[in-house]
This record gives sequence, structure tokens and C-alpha cells, in this order.
Amino acid sequence: MAATRRPSRRLREDRILAAVLLAPALLIIAVVTIYPLLHSFWISLHAWNLMKPKEGNPFVGLDNYINTLTDPIFLDSLRVTIIFTIAAVVIEISLAMGIALILNRKFIGRGLVRMLALLPWAVPAVVNGIMWKWILNPSYGALNGLLYSLGLIDEYVIWLGSPELALAMVVVADLWKETPFIMLLLLAALQTIPKDLYEAATVDGANVVQSFFRITLPLIQPVLFVAIALRTIWALKSFDLIYTLTAGGPSNGTSVVGYYTYIKSFVSLQLGRGAAVAYIMTLFVLILVYIYYRVLYRKVEY
Amino acid sequence: MATLSTPSPLRHTPGRRWRKARSAIGGILFYALVGMLVFALLAPFVWMIISSISPPTELASKPIHWIPEHPTLDRYRALFFGARQGEIVPIAVSKFINAMKSSLIIATATTLVCIITGTAAAYALIRLPVPKKEGFLFGMLAAQMMPIIVIIIPLYLMMQRLVLNDTWQGMILLYSGFMLPTVIWIMYGYFQTLPEELEEAAMIDGCSRVGALLRVVLPISGPGLVAISAFAFLYTWNEFFMALIFTASRTKTIPVIVTEFSTQAGIDYGLMTTAGVIGSLPPLILAFLLQRYIVAGLTSGAVKG
Repeated sequence: MAATRRPSRRLREDRILAAVLLAPALLIIAVVTIYPLLHSFWISLHAWNLMKPKEGNPFVGLDNYINTLTDPIFLDSLRVTIIFTIAAVVIEISLAMGIALILNRKFIGRGLVRMLALLPWAVPAVVNGIMWKWILNPSYGALNGLLYSLGLIDEYVIWLGSPELALAMVVVADLWKETPFIMLLLLAALQTIPKDLYEAATVDGANVVQSFFRITLPLIQPVLFVAIALRTIWALKSFDLIYTLTAGGPSNGTSVVGYYTYIKSFVSLQLGRGAAVAYIMTLFVLILVYIYYRVLYRKVEY
Repeated sequence: MATLSTPSPLRHTPGRRWRKARSAIGGILFYALVGMLVFALLAPFVWMIISSISPPTELASKPIHWIPEHPTLDRYRALFFGARQGEIVPIAVSKFINAMKSSLIIATATTLVCIITGTAAAYALIRLPVPKKEGFLFGMLAAQMMPIIVIIIPLYLMMQRLVLNDTWQGMILLYSGFMLPTVIWIMYGYFQTLPEELEEAAMIDGCSRVGALLRVVLPISGPGLVAISAFAFLYTWNEFFMALIFTASRTKTIPVIVTEFSTQAGIDYGLMTTAGVIGSLPPLILAFLLQRYIVAGLTSGAVKG
């Protein structure tokens, strides 16, 4: 008995210590995320409009969800979100992959280039927004000035003037900020691939394209998965850039779901509706995470 | 070396001169691409710096003044020391220093809270018996991915009830809560790379577990701690959405102030870009100084996630 009691006391002490060490972090996380998450669901089941305080907040079941899913403005913001997300993720991942492949060799100034690639990532998203707003300024913006002096445009373009062009410009601003970060992730993954694998493949007669698809891609697939998943989720959550660059305009052309939720909750003060939209958005994110997980991880097993 | 009589196993060996020329062209092409990349990385930000030191007349000129003829630090002076008398400037100018202070306090305090509580939690998860450990880790990952907007309304009500709206304490609590899952996740990944034998040896030598954590584990966790500190500080400094909702006159942070440079005459782009440049400096300096740790932290966290 004595032999078993000693380790069990040690185990008990370790359990207590674990609880003590975990408690502060878990308490903070619970207060800031778990409790509000549950409360938010509760709110989403109630009609609660701060503009109409006399009506109180009666229970309405799933009305907020139904009203949201049938609201043409919401559906439009969903469309904008999907277009923005697909465009941003596809372009960013392919660009980042291309640049990472080019930079994946020893050259003079490699360290410097890698350091500079951290610049867009470190700049606050809001600053990125105002920076591009100034660059895209229709009267004095640098983009108009540059294209005009190169003779590529005959007159200054109002870049944020039409819904389609504005959305394209939001994607451009997003590209500048996010691509280098993904590139660094992919570059780090590329550098873990042993060089002799490529040499062996070349001896066996494989060309560059074959080595890319047979060696590079399978080996960096886990990192690529993470990059695509992370980027998609961030793109779905985009808010700062939209708020500063276009404020959802023109004519809601760049109003992504995140912005729509903000307007519903904090401008029209329909708290129940806002909570419902946010829940739908979260569900969307979770489904996507799950799909990515299934699709990209199934291949590894082959 | 003179005779290369053995037939090459390859079908065709191009002449040495041709090969040399080709590699030279390849080299030029490569550096041209690298040059384009560096230009794309730097140009927008450099343009913001140039705009911040161009006098107003040059900012509003066609064709564009790419290089300011009469560079001025007037706007920097205005933001740090206040506007000259009689100068008409956006109200944000007088609030800039306060926002800087606010951002510094909130970001530093959040980083400290995250390091202490996050490291403790990560250590418990990796070395101590915790029931449903997998559940904890998955929960952390899910919390990391959750859109903040889904909980913003209850948070607002809670902050109001606790009288924490527009206070440093409130912002530190919120940011810690959002940053902790990431911090725990990265620290957990880092602890995985440390050999358990070190602590066991220390504990056999009479060290308690807490003693082993403090005297053995933490001193060799430098890189991990640096990475999470950098992330926590950067995230908190750059965060906009919660700051927009929860801060007002007292604790407004730099990202919020940066968006407020409009007057009745429109947006003052000169002052706005100046504020943008200054506001970007702390995260940029941090990122450049700690780049090795940041990239390592990003990749290790990402690969394990």
C-alpha cells in the first residue's frame, strides 16, 4: 500500500497544481468568450431593438434567423463576402506560392527580403485601409498619378466609384497586406524539404513541373492547408479594411457580412438581428473549417 | 582537367559559354523579379511616408510630386506637440498623444497577462494530468477562429454592467481573453520541443515542480516567450474592431484615432498618413527586431495546428 500511496499523492498534488495553473487563463477566456457566446445565442432568439425600447425584448424563436436569411441586403452581403473571399484566397495563395518558389534559394539579400516581407503583416489593418484610400484617391492618388504618367490611362479613374471596381480594390489592398505573410509560411515549409529529393528526381528524369507536383506539393500540403484555412477564415471576418477603405460602399458593393452585422448591431441597434447574423456567420466559418479538414486531410491517407 | 573525353551520360551538353550566358540571364531575371517584389512590398508604405512630409500644396497637385520639393515635419510636430495657434486641424490631433499612451499601456499590460497566465496554462496542459486535455486544446483552436463579432453584443452589455467600458482594465481583460488561446497554443507547441528529462532530473535533485518550471523550463523557453510576447503586443496594438466599440474619450487607441482625421472640409490625408506612419512604427520595429522568433513561432504554431 505504501508503494502505491506515494505516487497517488504526487498525482493529487499535480492535479491541484494543474488546476491552479489553468485557472487564471481559463477564467479570463470563459468570461470573455464562452459566456458571451452562450448569451449571444440567447439574444439571437429575442426581438431586441434599442431604437424601440418600449417593445422590450420578447422571445421570438428563430424569427431573427428567418428574417436575416430572407433579407435581400444580407443575401447581397453574403454574395460580396463569397466573391471577396474566393478572389482574395485564390490570388493570395497562388501569388504567395509563386514568390516562395522563386525565393527558395540562396541569394544575396535573402535575409533582407524576408525581413521586408514582415512589413505589410505588421502594419495595422486600419493603417492599410487609410493608406490605400489615399493611394486610390480619385483626384490626387498615387495610383492615378502613376498610371497617368505611364500613359496607361487617359483620365483619372474613380477607383472606389463603382461597386465592382471598389471590390477589386479592396482585394488589392488585402493582397498587399496578407500575401507576404502566407509567402513566409510557405517559404519556411519549402526550406524543410531536403534538396537531395530533387536531385534524385532529376536523375530519374523528372522535370521541374513533375518535381513540383510529386515532391513539393505533397510535402508542404499540411502547411498549405493551414495557410488556405487561415486565410479563408480571416477573409470571412474582414472588417477593418472595409470600414476604413469603403465603409461598405458604393451602394453596399463592398459590404461584407462582418460589416452588415456591425451596421445591424451598432448603427440600426437591432441587437437580436445582429446576434443572429453573427451566429450564421460563425456557422459558415465552422462549416468551411470542416470541409477543408475533410478534403485536404483525406489525401494524406492515400 | 584539360581532357573531358569521357562521354557525358546526358544526351546533350550545351556549350560552356551558352550555359554561362543562360545563367547570367537567369540571374538578371531573378534579381529583376526580386526587385519587383521589394518594390511592391515597400512602395505603398514609402508613399505614405512621403505624403506625411509633403507640404499640403504638393499633396494636392497634378501631376504628382513623387519627391517632395519642400519636405516638412510640421505634421509630426502637430501630432506630438499640438497644433499652432489659429491652425485649423481635426480634433484627433489633440487626442493623438493620449491614444499613443493608451495603446502602449493596453498592449503592454495585455502582453504581460498573456505571458504569465498563458505560459502557466500551457505548462499544465503539456506536463500535468488534466482531464479532457484534447477537449481543451480543441476549444482553444475553436476560440481562435471564432469571429469576434458573434460575441460583441453580450460583451458590450457585460462591460456596461461591470462599468468597464472605456477603461484600460476592461480593454486589457478583453484583449487577454482573445489572445490567450493563441498564446497557449503556441506555448504548448514550444513546450513539446523541450525534453521532459530536464525537469525530472531537477525534481530528483529535490526541486518541486513549480521550482522546476521556474528554474529549469522558463530559462530555456526564451524563444517561445519572445514569440508570444511579440504576437500579443502586435495583435493588441493593431486591434481595431473592439477598440472602436469599447473605447471612447479616455482610452481610444491608435487604430481608432487614425480613422478620425476628417474635418468639415473632408479628410486631412496629410495628417492621417502621418498618424498612420507613427502608429505603424511600434509594431514594425518589434517585427523587424524579433523577425527570427516571429517566423519560427508562426511556422511551428501553424504546422502543429
